Amino acid sequence: MKGAQDLGGMMGFGPINPEKDEPMFHAPWERRVLGFTVAMGPTGAWTGDMGRHKREQLPPSFYWSRGYYEIWFEALTQMLAERGMVSELELETGKKLAPPRAAKRVWKAEDVLPWLKRGFAYDRPTTMKPVFKIGDVIKTHRMATPGHTRLPAYAWGKRGVIEAARGCHVYPDSNGMGQGEDPRWVYTVCFMAEELWGRKGPDTVCLDLWEPYMEAA
Amino acid sequence: MPHDDHSHSELSPIALRVKALESLLVEKGYVDPKAVDAIIEAYETKIGPRNGARVVAKSWVDDKFAEWLKIDATAAIASLGYSGRQGEHMVALFNTPAQHNMVVCTLCSCYPWPVLGLPPVWYKSPPYRSRAVLEPREVLKEFGVVMPADKEVRVWDSTAEIRYLVIPERPAGTVGLSEKQLADLVTRDSMIGTGLAKSP
Repeated sequence: MKGAQDLGGMMGFGPINPEKDEPMFHAPWERRVLGFTVAMGPTGAWTGDMGRHKREQLPPSFYWSRGYYEIWFEALTQMLAERGMVSELELETGKKLAPPRAAKRVWKAEDVLPWLKRGFAYDRPTTMKPVFKIGDVIKTHRMATPGHTRLPAYAWGKRGVIEAARGCHVYPDSNGMGQGEDPRWVYTVCFMAEELWGRKGPDTVCLDLWEPYMEAA
Repeated sequence: MPHDDHSHSELSPIALRVKALESLLVEKGYVDPKAVDAIIEAYETKIGPRNGARVVAKSWVDDKFAEWLKIDATAAIASLGYSGRQGEHMVALFNTPAQHNMVVCTLCSCYPWPVLGLPPVWYKSPPYRSRAVLEPREVLKEFGVVMPADKEVRVWDSTAEIRYLVIPERPAGTVGLSEKQLADLVTRDSMIGTGLAKSP
């Protein structure tokens, strides 16, 4: 969806203003949000893509004015409430009012480092042959879907060149909607800045795009 | 809670809600508070940009390793002990005299955690995410980097689960430096592509 998260090419947000000697966290609560948001992953209550879709549905006025840990926290509380895991009333009162829902897995302290090191690979074995090869010219679709997608609006309907085939990966447009992994081929596609922005010069932008986002040009 | 020394009344509304939620997650058995502590500790003490700097420095002194990075960055980086969450599928981008690489995630905050740690606030914020793809040269200027007009600036928008590590060009005047001394020249920003490696 073209929500507040789809920022590429927007204007008016001002300078970058990197903070000198930036601390890892700006308040003690931010480190707790990092910790328990990561720790909720193994419960299997949602996929990472579903988390992203929830965050991109936050109202632009909220998304553009809050820090990223607050965006994480807001999306997390909404997902917990929608699944009957922690209700808004429980959060307001701080009191447990309903029994817990089942969790697929709960990490113990000793599980953390091995799991962080192992990660969660997104490539999947496939018998599907890739439709495109390196050097092919493709044109992206226009993806004004209300659902989750990873094709940003600035790259809709644009011509680019296949730079690399990256394997068959979990498809966010399905996985983010709770409709299964439906793995598809992923390609790195390079676009000239002129094609994207109408500005001449040597610059390029590369995006990792799933096969259903494009057609032969 | 043992994690916060402030008394209840001093906490901001968001801090209070975070505290309430963590208590409920623990009470309902969804998370183990010791695991939450271990996650925070891992990113505060073990997983950060010094990991990436070691990868870059090794690529500068070891041609075979550099070649491995080009062919299979995930395996090459894992051989130094860095792997996993938010770095499952790594690609190394080598800067050259003809091409400068710069990484962004316009749609969220994708970042190669095993080699760079947690992203800085500016990386996750609207100004960088909106402008990096549109006007990378202006963005680079704000980081003090001016690119020649004929050099290609290639911006990588991390739209899938592939994570990018920029390998900055080795600075001049570094012949004979040890791998460790070289790693000290590699800044976090040089591995995002918003900076260059430092000169000795």
